[in-house]
Order: sequence, then structure tokens, then C-alpha cells
Amino acid sequence: MDKHFAARRRRDLFIAAVLAVLAAATPLVVKDVYVQNILILTLMYAALSQSWNILSGYCGQISLGHALYFGLGAYTTELLFTKFGVLPWFGMLAGGMLAAAIAMALGYPFFRLRGHYFVIATIVIAEIGLLLFQNWEWAGAALGITIPVRGDSWLKFQFMRSKLPYFYFALALCCLAWFVTWWLEDSKWGFWWRAVKDNPEAAESLGVVVFNSKMGAAAVSAFLVAIGGSFYAQYLAYIDPESVMGFQFSLLMALPAVLGGIGTLWGPVLGAAILIPMTELTRSFIGGSGRGVDLIVYGTLIVLISLALPQGLVSLFSRTKSKGAAR
Amino acid sequence: MGLLYGLIAVGLALIFGLMDVVNFAHGEFLMVAMYATFFLFAFFAIDPLLSAPLVAAALFVFGAVVYLLIVRFAMRAKANAGMVQIFSTFGLAIVMRGLAQFFFTPDYRSVPQSWLGGKTISVAGIFLPEPQLIGALVSIAAFAGLYFFINRTDFGRALEATREDPGAVALVGIDKNRVFALGWGLGAALVGLSGAIMAIFFYIYPDVGASFALIAYVTVALGGFGSVFGAFAGGIIVGLVEATTALVLPPSLKSVGIYAVYLLVVFIRPRGLFGSM
Repeated sequence: MDKHFAARRRRDLFIAAVLAVLAAATPLVVKDVYVQNILILTLMYAALSQSWNILSGYCGQISLGHALYFGLGAYTTELLFTKFGVLPWFGMLAGGMLAAAIAMALGYPFFRLRGHYFVIATIVIAEIGLLLFQNWEWAGAALGITIPVRGDSWLKFQFMRSKLPYFYFALALCCLAWFVTWWLEDSKWGFWWRAVKDNPEAAESLGVVVFNSKMGAAAVSAFLVAIGGSFYAQYLAYIDPESVMGFQFSLLMALPAVLGGIGTLWGPVLGAAILIPMTELTRSFIGGSGRGVDLIVYGTLIVLISLALPQGLVSLFSRTKSKGAAR
Repeated sequence: MGLLYGLIAVGLALIFGLMDVVNFAHGEFLMVAMYATFFLFAFFAIDPLLSAPLVAAALFVFGAVVYLLIVRFAMRAKANAGMVQIFSTFGLAIVMRGLAQFFFTPDYRSVPQSWLGGKTISVAGIFLPEPQLIGALVSIAAFAGLYFFINRTDFGRALEATREDPGAVALVGIDKNRVFALGWGLGAALVGLSGAIMAIFFYIYPDVGASFALIAYVTVALGGFGSVFGAFAGGIIVGLVEATTALVLPPSLKSVGIYAVYLLVVFIRPRGLFGSM
């Protein structure tokens, strides 16, 4: 391991800790509920995007079907809660494990597919999930589930009076996703992923090892995204198939990473910090007319940024060190 | 219906086969074509059947412009090439949807009285709706034309050659960008044709493309990316599967059959039915 890489990793960890402390302190200053909502969503998308980035960025297996895992997390938690009274914390874990198991089961056939075939298969599988949930009467079909109010406590993971507990959970999730990525970057898996991404043919000769590392990426990525899904369900207290498993989620998860820098540690965080407030603000200031101006602005930015900065905004900051390390 | 899916998909297949780019705004191209047909009908009372060539021509120009303005640059990206293509065309799709909402409002529209709308024809005791029948005939004609075009004309050969070796092609004086722009135009023109016909029997609204786009990707992938014949065959299979699923499952689940068959096929043949490599 060369010295620069180790130094960069220490610095990354230090910056992350400082940022986390700063973020944790923001509610002391920001009392506005509207702004708090934006902060919570930003943290959530940063976490989701970071998780997506593990499979799609580091490992290079572009998935546009992560909404499936998001929806599975949300549905497992809420079905267990409303039908069997299981506490959301356990539902969250169950949802994460279910999503990880499904991701691995899908990995067997999917990882044989290359390029666009893989992308389309992921879209298709998420779409199947969406259609099945929309037609599943017991799970509320297209109407979805309204989560009953059971009081204000960490035990039940429901908070009526304030958004702050949600904020801190989202922050914790974001830190967790970041830390897992940071940790994996320098693990055996991390090196195999780079091999898979840079040179699939050469990686193929490593056979099983590569396959296992892809499986690992899929499982970790799906697990974290599912946790995000169950958080989102608790936060909104209402879910329906389209709003937790719709294709737009697969995109929304990918976009911050794409914008900030795919396969980089800071890309998803940076991307979410810019993209989510921008989305929310354009939506409430110019999107209110329902005439799609927000879509026009948003889409134009995506086109321009992906064309002008294919490596994401992160590349602006790290021109020098991006050579070997950041990839 | 299957032939129409095939026709929508073949434009996508052409573009992909040509330069390995998947146009994620394909559904939005279709949407634009449907609106164009609608407005030609609403303002000039031009029947969709007559406006089809006009719409195809307009989309040809549109496709070429999109290539020159966006795709050309996306193809130049050295890092994350796949991502850049996916997200630049996705961004375009979002912009197009937003523009459609802005100018045309999210209302549903339809072309109410086409020459063919609502009529049926009886062939050997089976009743067929006329618009679908004409759609199928147009599709077959378009496929035949395209096949001839690619395999028999100079331009078709230039396309093939550019795909195989852009560098060598430049040496003999063929401008890569011009060939690719024409290819995009051609792909878009085919979508234009399908859009004009579909406007006869589908509602038109800003998100209409999204519902057909996924089926188009599945159709192309089923047949094998890059194979025009595969897209044609894929379309027929998708149409048949859809009709069969509709008999067994509730209508809201009819696409599940298509998706399931697609997954089954790619698991057995990861490159699609007629894909090479």
C-alpha cells in the first residue's frame, strides 16, 4: 500500500468526522421545519446513493433497479408492523436481510450479463416487483399502507412532535454508508472490484473470487438501501408501491453519485448535497405550477454535467490526486 | 401490436447496433411523434396515416440534431463512458417530458376521428381492428425498407463500415459524424412512424413514452442488441406473450409475462436470441 493512499484515507476519515459533527450541530441553528425536511431528504439520498455506488460505482455493475430493494425494505418493515405488530427496528433488519438475500439470488443469473443487458435486467426486475406489489391485495395493492400512529418514541421509531430524531437517524445512516464504503475501498473486495471494473476479461481469470466480490457488493448495497427504505416508510407514515418502488427511485439514488462522481468516496455525498436541495427548491418555487419547469431545469443540468464532467464534480476538487487513488 | 413494438424497437436497435449507445430518451421520441400527429390532426385535419411520413421526416431531423448536440459529445467521454451515455440521454428524456408538460399540459389527448378509428375488418371470420392491421402492414413495409436500405445502398454500407472501423472509414473520406447523425435520424424516423400510427389508438400525454420505452428495451434485448432482425422477431414475441398473458392474468399484470420471458431468455442466452458475440 503506497503512502499517499494511506494518507488520503486518514484524511478522508478526518474530514468525514468533522462533517458529521458539523451536520449533527445544524439543528441547533436551523429550526425551520421545511429546511429540516430538506436536510433529512438530503442525508437519506446521500446514504442511498452511497450504497448504490458500492455496487454500481466501485464494482461497475450499473443497476437501475435499486428501487426494488428500497421498496422491499419499506414493505417488510410496514407489513411486519401493521400485520404482526413487530417493532420497526426488527422490521428494518428483516427488510435489509431480505433485500440482501434477493440481491444475491438475483446475482447468480444477473452477473453473467454484460453492459446494457445487465442494466435492462435490473430495470425489468424492479418493474416486476412494482407490478406484483400493485396487485397484491394483502399488502394493500395499489392503495398502499397507512402506518398507524402508536406514539412518540425511539422504541416504536415514530416521532410526531419533532423531525429531529428522523434527522439524526438519517445522519447516522449516511455515516454508516460512508464508513462502510470507506472501509471496503481498502479491503480485498475493493481491489477485486477495481479489477472487475477496469478489465472484466482479466478479472474473469480470477473467476470465483470476482464473482464472490460482486455478490458481496450486491448484498451490502441492497441491505443499506433497504434500511433507507424502511426509514423512508417510517418518516412518511404512508407507503404505496409507486412511491417506494417506482423507477424514479432507482434514478434518484443513482443521480447524486453520477453528479458527484461515480465510484468515489465523496461523490454521492457531494452530489446529494447539491442535487436534493436543488430538486426540492425548484419543485416548490417553480414546480408548483405543475407545468414541468422543474423537470426542464433538472434534466438540463443532468445532461450538461454528465457531458462536461464525466467523472463528476469531485474531479474538480481532486485533479491531482484523482490519478491513481480516487478511481 | 407485436409488429408495432417491433417497429418502435427497431429504431433503438439501429442506433445501438450503429454505435453501442442506448437511447434512454427513446420513449420520449415516441411521445413527441404522437404529439406531432395529434397537432397535425387538430390544426390541419391531416389524418395520421397521411401525416406519418411528415412526422417521420420531422423526427429524422430531430434525431440528427440530438446526435449532433448531445450524443456526439457523450461518445467522446473517456471515463465512465457507459454512465455518460445513460445519463445524458436520461437527462434529455426528463427535459423532453418537462417541455411536453409545459407546452401541452398533462392532459390526455386523442385523435378522435381518424379514417380508421374504431373500424374493424373481418378476415375469415376473425374481426381485426383496422388501425392495428394498418399498423402491422406499415411495420412490415418499414422493416422491409430498412433491411433493403442497410444491406443494399451505399449509405447502408457506410453505416456498417463506420461501425466496424471508424478510423479506416475516415481515410476513405467518410465523415463519421455525418454517418452517425444520419443513423440517429433514421432511428428517430422509425419511431416517428410508429408514433403516428399509435396516435390513432392510444391516448397521448407527456409520460406516454415511459410506458412503451421499457417494452422497447426488452424487445431489443430479447432479440439481441444490434440485430435489426432480432428487434423485429423480439417485437412479434413480445406481442404474442402479451396477448397470451392477458388471457391468464389480470390486465394490470400483462407486462409481467413479457418481463418474465425476457429474463428467461437472457439467462439462457445472455446476448439475446439473435445477438452475436
